[in-house]
Amino acid sequence: MQFGIFTVGDVTTDPTTGRTPTEHERIKATVAIAKKAEEVGLDVFATGEHHNPPFAAPANPPVLLAAVAAQTERLVLSTSTTLITTNDPVRIAQDYAYLQHLSDGRMDLMLGRGNTGPVYPWFGKDIRDGIPLAIENYALLHRLWREDVVDWQGKYRTPLQGFTSTPRPLDGIPPFVWHGSIRSPEIAEQAAYYGDGFFSNHIFWPASHTKQMVSLYRRRFEHYGHGNADQAIVGLGGQVFMRKNSQDAVREFRPYFDNAPVYGHGPSLEEFTRQTPLTVGSPQEVIERTLGFRDYVGDYQRQLWLVDHAGLPLETVLEQLDILGEEVVPVLRREFAALKPAHVPDAPTHAGRVAAAGGAHDTTVYADGDDDVTGASPDPSARTQTTVEVTK
Amino acid sequence: MSTQTPFHLAVITAGVTEPSSTRLLADRLTEATVRALGGHGVGEVVVEVVDVRDVAHDVTNNVLTGFASPELQVRLDAIAEADALVVATPVYAASYSGLFKMLVDVLPKDALRDTPVLLGATGGTARHSLAIDHALRPLFAHLGALVAPVAVFAASEDWGSVEAGRLGERVERAGASFAALVSGAPRTARVDPFEQVTPFEAMLTDLRA
Repeated sequence: MQFGIFTVGDVTTDPTTGRTPTEHERIKATVAIAKKAEEVGLDVFATGEHHNPPFAAPANPPVLLAAVAAQTERLVLSTSTTLITTNDPVRIAQDYAYLQHLSDGRMDLMLGRGNTGPVYPWFGKDIRDGIPLAIENYALLHRLWREDVVDWQGKYRTPLQGFTSTPRPLDGIPPFVWHGSIRSPEIAEQAAYYGDGFFSNHIFWPASHTKQMVSLYRRRFEHYGHGNADQAIVGLGGQVFMRKNSQDAVREFRPYFDNAPVYGHGPSLEEFTRQTPLTVGSPQEVIERTLGFRDYVGDYQRQLWLVDHAGLPLETVLEQLDILGEEVVPVLRREFAALKPAHVPDAPTHAGRVAAAGGAHDTTVYADGDDDVTGASPDPSARTQTTVEVTK
Repeated sequence: MSTQTPFHLAVITAGVTEPSSTRLLADRLTEATVRALGGHGVGEVVVEVVDVRDVAHDVTNNVLTGFASPELQVRLDAIAEADALVVATPVYAASYSGLFKMLVDVLPKDALRDTPVLLGATGGTARHSLAIDHALRPLFAHLGALVAPVAVFAASEDWGSVEAGRLGERVERAGASFAALVSGAPRTARVDPFEQVTPFEAMLTDLRA
């Protein structure tokens, strides 16, 4: 099982000091947080994608993730989420494949629709087309990573004739994809259809939403023949704030909770911790609550926590990561591993997927013809000639 | 109409005082409806009353966070799954109360589609009575509910004098007319999108249409 953190990159005023970080501070803090995640022994760092204040998350996550890849060695880099609706699937295919090469396969991505209405028209789209955009764009993305030459026509972008998305996926293995959704059964169905992972945000909403979506995804994963329902690939979010003593955690976190984006000035901290997976308390309470997630989603592969939002200062976030790394994750690794039956797969990794495919295949597509400066789209008939088997 | 499965009648009442004349109107409309339903062969009627005041904070929180507390959720479920609905709201500033509208706002999409609804409202004077027709009726029309033609407005004076407003008669007539409407309407089952999922191939095909 993988453990990690995900961030939305919000630039929020610290309610205890009244100070708001600059974009520069927030961006640099995000890199520091990612590096710290590796240092304390976490497995995954995921970043959101945003295009507007109050966020300083990247508009194109591979920009941040490439920088983090260059400064880490082990951490898997992911997104939370990549907008499959407003991004051109061609650019997603190319930018993330490039990241896959740069990071030597230490990456995957989570696709989401985005629920901010105004963002869609900035990219020429309409939020009412959210689901069809997610379906059509991913159907194209899926092909671009699996077929060297694509002819394609759809509703939402210009057609493609003899198009090759470059670079080709590392070792011939497309990046692993998670699909994230809170309440849309269509997206659970989509993840199941492709045999991809399903990630439930699981924060800000009651566990009943997560349970409903995960059980639909598992049932349909089996229906589409990818394995048994309990072998489907599930990831969960979570939100924690910890101190040695539970009361200290509550006292320190309350002003951040009360003023936070999303739920601030709404339910009380007590109501929200009761009604959602938010856990504010001791490391032991976080361990128990997290183990309890398994009771309603089954054995799952990835747990990500939100720890750096609502104006919490960098120093506090780094302390939270220390607690996760030292006191929480080692126990959870042991406990979850002991509970997981052998036939339930581990979280997908690049190395594991290369091995399952029978080894690495370099799939570089070389330009043909006389013009080897600007290149040209290869002829589909030449496709088999451009694949070079590499034996390792 | 089948007499086997109990008939579920939900009631939304948005009065805020205790006791509330809005609650009193809701209760009387409910009693009249249940009595009249008996005349149409409806056997057991299960009445579920949602007093908005009990969950006022939860309704606000739902607007802010996008989800219902467990206490509110059972009430929303009762409304969404009801075979018919009686509503009663005080008239504030020429319309239904804000709290009443907030509850309606957090109902799941299509929760009231084809649900028969009996409208009731209360106010200080009879001069507010058109609020039913200019505010409540379009609201429930928008929600796709089957709005009963006969509605009841109860002004303060109606509670004090039997002759003035003939409230009792109007309640009886509304209940009878509503029961007739309800017994003629099909009882529609709600579709659970998590149980009856659209197969992915169909979604792909739709894109090509």
